[in-house]
Amino acid sequence: MTIDTQPRAVLDPEPQSLRETTRNARRRERFSKGMTFLLFGTVMAAIVPLVTLLTIVVVNGWPAINGEFFTQVEPLSYRDRGGGYLHGIVGTLYMTGIATLISAPLGLGAAVYLNERPGRYANIVRFFTDVMTGVPSVFVGLAVYALIVSGSGGFGLGFGTLAGAIALSIIMLPIVVRSSEEMLRLVPADLKAASYGLGARQWQTTFRVTLPAAAPGLTTGAILAVARGAGETAPLIMTALGARQVVTQLTGAPQSDVGLLMLGGFRQPFDAGIERAWAGGFTLIAIVLILSIVARAIARRSQL
Amino acid sequence: MEQQTVTEDHAPTSAASTMDQRPGLHVDIGQRRRAQHNEVHITLKDVTVKYGTFTAVRGVSLEVPRKEITALIGPSGCGKSTLLRTLNRMNDLVPTASVAGSVRYNGEDIYDADVDPVEVRRRIGMVFQKPNPFPKSIYDNVAFGPRLNGVKRELDDIVEKSLRRAALWDEVKDKLGQSGLSLSGGQQQRLCIARAIAVDPDVILMDEPCSALDPIATLRIEELMREMTSDYTIVIVTHNMQQAARVSDRTAFFTVDVDNPQQERSGVLVEVDDTETIFTQASDERTEAYITGRFG
Repeated sequence: MTIDTQPRAVLDPEPQSLRETTRNARRRERFSKGMTFLLFGTVMAAIVPLVTLLTIVVVNGWPAINGEFFTQVEPLSYRDRGGGYLHGIVGTLYMTGIATLISAPLGLGAAVYLNERPGRYANIVRFFTDVMTGVPSVFVGLAVYALIVSGSGGFGLGFGTLAGAIALSIIMLPIVVRSSEEMLRLVPADLKAASYGLGARQWQTTFRVTLPAAAPGLTTGAILAVARGAGETAPLIMTALGARQVVTQLTGAPQSDVGLLMLGGFRQPFDAGIERAWAGGFTLIAIVLILSIVARAIARRSQL
Repeated sequence: MEQQTVTEDHAPTSAASTMDQRPGLHVDIGQRRRAQHNEVHITLKDVTVKYGTFTAVRGVSLEVPRKEITALIGPSGCGKSTLLRTLNRMNDLVPTASVAGSVRYNGEDIYDADVDPVEVRRRIGMVFQKPNPFPKSIYDNVAFGPRLNGVKRELDDIVEKSLRRAALWDEVKDKLGQSGLSLSGGQQQRLCIARAIAVDPDVILMDEPCSALDPIATLRIEELMREMTSDYTIVIVTHNMQQAARVSDRTAFFTVDVDNPQQERSGVLVEVDDTETIFTQASDERTEAYITGRFG
């Protein structure tokens, strides 16, 4: 090792100033503003269609909304004014309700499985759930028609409430599974460890700690799935088929649906029918929006 | 049950005679010097814990005396927390973990094939590093364990007794219905201790129970631990050497060892002795270096 004989000050470079040139500063400023503008533009691109859609539906649908719309069924002719979508609203709520009763417990069970029993089988289940999310909903209707509605699948249930509800539940199931799984994953490992440390078994930990802790999130996921199901029309074309009066039977009679009635109304060149279809659209969007807002409100209350 | 005694530097004694010599509460380390220890409660023999192919801690043999506080100290990564979790089979929850050697509790190997790990955890409770009360009421937090076992009738009694034992009753008796998360950090940790006590274990494992607490809350927990030795065997992992010195009867020093043929990094037990001996005349120079702050 050699001894450094030079004074240290000579070795140290001149300290550099922290100030930057005005030109450089301006360039950075311009870049920053440009990027902000660009990103704001993308936000607008996403929001504009939503706002436009809501505006159009409200502008066209609101004038046609009245008490009669919710208490009466549609007149026989699309030419006639008056009447309403009572049968469609009943059908939509009926089928969505049953679909929820089917998909929520099944989906929650699957989510618990994915969360508590990770491994190869869980990955397979997760993969197929993801695939199911992407299946076109009209195809779900077709599959339910082939398997359950027509005799060829061995059930021969016929068009009706239950067939429609099954189709909707197939649409809703993957949404419930994946959202519930995410929520269960958010439960801190600490809490589960505490439970196991107190001598809880796995099922006790699941029922007494994991599920209660995730409850708000699970509710949110289920409601979002309900909103999705309530807005679906395509899978109902081949399963519920449509009806002209209020149907309370589970099977044996085709069921109506707001979306189906809208489809009928818009396809005829008569003002009265088209106005009712707009009102139907307004009703559907209102239901879905209210459910979504409720879901977000519950999610915000979550303790996790 | 076979009666065993801690034999290092001590003549074997019966449990009965050592019971009379148990120290009182709030005694400082000098007064806690003891000629004998209580009978052995937990015996580890050549315990090695692996996560997959990684050996977290290797070849540990250790005896934990009944109704005393044993502190596990050492630098980060020396496997002391892993070893602690081995004592009540919490490591079973890590899919890749494997345990070799034997851990005897009251003479029974807790890793025997026909031992129910859940029963082990009911007898050997645990308090974690970060206070982790359930997002439930104070009452429900304490009642959680007893309810698992189907207790319904004497629940109020158990909750009160456990909270009193954890020195928390006076502070919470008027707000048992409030969320456990509304308490301060130190209170939450005492709630977690009460929750562990409510299951009626006889060993309580504490994994750095004060690391998230301020000095005053820490002092309260330490006092509580000393009081608890009248009923419980306590094993505590701590990064805080002063805490080990203040609170424990025996101290085990661990370190990270790379001095083996495979050049693996794994935790090893360097030495275990009376706390006073470890802190004043450690026999291994690594222990002394750590305790005097020269590494770790």
